[in-house]
Amino acid sequence: MPYSTEFLLSAYRTMKTIREFEERCVKEFEGGNIPGFTHVSNGQEAIAVAACIDLSDKDIIGSTHRGHGHCIAKGCDVGGMMKEIMGRATGLCKGKGGSMHIADIDKGMLGANAIVGGGPPLVNGAALAAKTLGTKNVALSFNGDGSANQGTVFEAMNLAVVLKLPHVFVYENNGYAEGTAANYGVGSNSLTDRNAGFGMPAECVDGLDFFATYEVLKTATERARNGGGPTAIEAMCVRFDGHFIGDPQLYRGKDEIKNARKNQDCLKIFRERVIAEGWLKAAAMNAIDKEVMVEIETAVVDALAAPHPDPATDLMSDVYCSY
Amino acid sequence: MTNHSNNPTIGGKTSMKTIREAINDALREEMRRDPTVIILGEEVSGGAGCDGEDDAYGGVFGVTKGLMPEFGRERVIDTPISEAAIIGAAAGAANNGLRPVAELMFFDFIGVSFDQIFNQAAKFRYMFGGKSKTPMVIRGTVGGGWRAGAQHSSMLHSIVTHVAGLKVVMPANAYDAKGLMVQAIRDDDPVIFLEHKVMYDIACEVPDEQYSIPFGEASFPRQGNDVTIVAISNMVTHAITVADILAEEGIGCDVIDPRTVSPLDHEAILESVEVTGRLVIIDEGNPRCGLATDIAGIVAEHGFYSLKAPILTVTAPHTPVPFAPELEDAYLPNAEKLMVAVREVLAAGRSGA
Ligand SMILES: Cc1ncc(C[n+]2csc(CCOP(=O)(O)OP(=O)(O)O)c2C)c(N)n1
Ligand SMILES: [Mg+2]
Repeated sequence: MPYSTEFLLSAYRTMKTIREFEERCVKEFEGGNIPGFTHVSNGQEAIAVAACIDLSDKDIIGSTHRGHGHCIAKGCDVGGMMKEIMGRATGLCKGKGGSMHIADIDKGMLGANAIVGGGPPLVNGAALAAKTLGTKNVALSFNGDGSANQGTVFEAMNLAVVLKLPHVFVYENNGYAEGTAANYGVGSNSLTDRNAGFGMPAECVDGLDFFATYEVLKTATERARNGGGPTAIEAMCVRFDGHFIGDPQLYRGKDEIKNARKNQDCLKIFRERVIAEGWLKAAAMNAIDKEVMVEIETAVVDALAAPHPDPATDLMSDVYCSY
Repeated sequence: MTNHSNNPTIGGKTSMKTIREAINDALREEMRRDPTVIILGEEVSGGAGCDGEDDAYGGVFGVTKGLMPEFGRERVIDTPISEAAIIGAAAGAANNGLRPVAELMFFDFIGVSFDQIFNQAAKFRYMFGGKSKTPMVIRGTVGGGWRAGAQHSSMLHSIVTHVAGLKVVMPANAYDAKGLMVQAIRDDDPVIFLEHKVMYDIACEVPDEQYSIPFGEASFPRQGNDVTIVAISNMVTHAITVADILAEEGIGCDVIDPRTVSPLDHEAILESVEVTGRLVIIDEGNPRCGLATDIAGIVAEHGFYSLKAPILTVTAPHTPVPFAPELEDAYLPNAEKLMVAVREVLAAGRSGA
């Protein structure tokens, strides 16, 4: 068996946690418990987990507006996340950030980012710090097919190559940037070819296949850790929900989502594979399903009961370290 | 008081229109009239390259809905997520015979495109000795209230107002939105057109025909002799609320909506303060180097002897926009905060002329 049982159970648990968390966010948003704009990542779980499963808290990731999955995969507390998304004082960012700004520096989670393309230059900085300080830590940025077209991302890729930074650029290609097709917004026929043009190893992988994605990311991360510089990985995937919760998604083809949920579900694909290979038993995963349901239910119940921020003390604090 | 244009009635039919519809009307009519007007931005139509419906969004707030079906993708251009390239293309096209209307979905994204705006578009004419024209419009949504968090809720009008060469427009009703958008498109300078995202559904009677409202002319949504309130964009709503409450107490508020902050109708404000002697400015921007302090400075410098009480400002605090509803509500200026300031300014200082 190429993977330990512990590894497989951990990968499954994290993917399942993301799935339940996201689907519950949709429900809670629709129930009026989540304010603002919320972007969920269900359907894309395999990539987040494959990218983060081997990282330590000292390795850094930078995320996007669709960041819940990355946070969970990097070890952020789901209770603290749910409270943050509901704007509660005990949330990971005291309710000041919200869904698009969840960060947990102690876990090496540099932050979700509501500015498309805002993350990769910052992740270069984390990589530069690791390189300069000789820590052997790596940095990884999540990007989309849409953010791939932002000038800040081009600049970050070039700088990473020039400085040989330990930075893994992950492009989650879910086919859409809001309601614009990736094959329209990315002018090049292939995002991966374009990434290679920056002068770094670039690869495209089936992001629905946890194992394939894990293997290419493992190679990329090891290369970065050993001083080999940046890599760009494009992982093809599917977005099960709208761009934001409530998106009417008029731009999507008929039955597209139904078919994707049926035939392109990375969790189902994982389960089928590990059962077929005889690596895990269904019962072990079913047991995890139950535990995850309880964990998410608890996160929601606790978040709904959590205190709201107090404007008198919380509005003006945290702008500066010193005044 | 000089008679500044205050929604002059225009002959012909009017219809109830929301701000969203009024801007859409202005864009459509100008595009019909002038083939050099184009629109570009992210999701201005939506559905580019997709299997589903075309014109899937018409802008994420629906402001440009229906324009692509009428004018085609050549003139209503969905772009990749590349704000610097979008604004640069608009500025370059404006120098070369087009009148582009570029959209920044959220004006916070000015951050990724600011060089093209302030170093390029704004300065061309001056640097080139008056030889060039840059007739472009940058539309962007501003303001809080949507629980959209720190990077999607900013009120950055003061930053662009600071830049010489840019004109800055902030309509507070559908009538103004249409007339000002028409003027923005026809204007030969770069115009920043800021739409408050909580105001899109607010409606009023709007003439069906096309008309333009000149820049630099304030309007007076309420008139009175006791205190001047200057408000812009969504803050006009609060100013009107306060004025109507105080009117019942026999206190007259002169509410001034400058409509454009660059150019700014100094005269309207100074003439009003000459009568009232009392001034409150309400602004959703942050307090430092902002519109409120700018106007306060102008009045302190040029209207000092008219003042009977210190000028008061009601603004957002010196923080980013918080996410949690309680915090965002506390952050935003509102009618209650304005009322406190207006009563304070009415009670303060010298009485009589
Ligand atoms: C600078 C900037 N431009 C535009 C947006 C609006 N916006 C948010 S997400 C998004 C699409 C991003 O697409 P992609 O990178 O493919 O990520 P996905 O949503 O598919 O996860 C856009 C246009 C933004 N938040 N920031
Ligand atoms: Mg995408």
